[in-house]
Amino acid sequence: MSPKPILSAFRQALGESWAGGAGALLPLGFFAGAAVLVPLGIGTEPGMLRAVGPGILWVSLALSSLVTLERIFQADVEDGALDLWLQAGAPVSAIAAAKTFAHWLTAGLPLALMSPVLALMFQAQAGIGLLTGALIYGIGGLAFFFWGGVGAALSATVRRGGLLIALIALPLYVPTAIFGSMAMRGAALGDTAPLLLAASTLFALAAAPFAMAAALRLAAD
Amino acid sequence: MLTATNLGILRGERVLFEGVSLSVAPGEAVVLRGANGAGKTTLLRILGGLTRPEAGQVDRRATHHWIGHREGLKPHETPRAHLKLWAQAWGSDADIDAILREMGLSRPSEVAARYLSAGQRRRTALARLMLDRRPLWLLDEPFTALDADGREQLLALVANHRQSGGAIIAAIHGDAGFVASREVTL
Repeated sequence: MSPKPILSAFRQALGESWAGGAGALLPLGFFAGAAVLVPLGIGTEPGMLRAVGPGILWVSLALSSLVTLERIFQADVEDGALDLWLQAGAPVSAIAAAKTFAHWLTAGLPLALMSPVLALMFQAQAGIGLLTGALIYGIGGLAFFFWGGVGAALSATVRRGGLLIALIALPLYVPTAIFGSMAMRGAALGDTAPLLLAASTLFALAAAPFAMAAALRLAAD
Repeated sequence: MLTATNLGILRGERVLFEGVSLSVAPGEAVVLRGANGAGKTTLLRILGGLTRPEAGQVDRRATHHWIGHREGLKPHETPRAHLKLWAQAWGSDADIDAILREMGLSRPSEVAARYLSAGQRRRTALARLMLDRRPLWLLDEPFTALDADGREQLLALVANHRQSGGAIIAAIHGDAGFVASREVTL
């Protein structure tokens, strides 16, 4: 087995996500838009905003990670690229993981980098905490993309599968959402919450590619 | 090079075909025949390992090229980018400029696939056959959308491939343009 097909799949997915026109901007806009609506809805009392901010950001992050995922495997089914990747001589799970990782780099990482700006809007203290926050959103977002990728692979042959992806992926987001918001609060479990978050992301990285591979084989069948 | 025995498959509640056996040896070309919906594409997908048959087995002893009825081009990909990507994926150091020239794709080599004509997309897909030497070619309606010139080029490729000991299994409607070793009718 050679790693070359995996690298090529990664490169193609990078090109594809930029060529879509919106690239990273679509999920970024969604993320910001969803988070900005909240203060407008619940009022601007600083103490309350500070309390709900991290939770709102997790919810917005989860939803905006779903925005780009609909097309990542569906397009491959439609244009025949999936058939080529399945016969490329590399493990399908590795190819699926490479594609999902490429999409996280172009859409998920910018979300994490933008989170300090939104956190400030929710009256978070300016400081080093904002950067650790971005790191935590980045780690959690990676899990969101991999579980979302499972939903995308399962609904690859379904037209207008976006809602279906959400239905499949959102339950899988639960551990990340729990550990993630605990890590942001930092209180309840002390320092173990970020580790639990990282562990749940590692689990997603280990398990999701095999689920995606099985779903993609089924999609081509 | 490839032997398939007693293949059968269900599509929904219906038996699409059953008891299909075929084999292909170096230098041979097997042509799959059948009406629309008879299962030619499905049979090719089984031979390529994409679809799992309900009965029978496929013994594939050689690497293969796949040209499906969907070309596998991304809308933003240019023919040159497409060939470069797959050359990298397959670890081939083929001369992409020469391949583009041979397939008559020099002029549109930098045009995104969404602006290419169906024939140009088909030529790009067929150009993959030259990237990497693989003994077995699985072709699904390879002549679709090709003009007379493109047809000649493909026939030359096929003749060349068979002369150097390659084998071909192709689903074709109408005149194949080359001498088939065998025909399998579904």
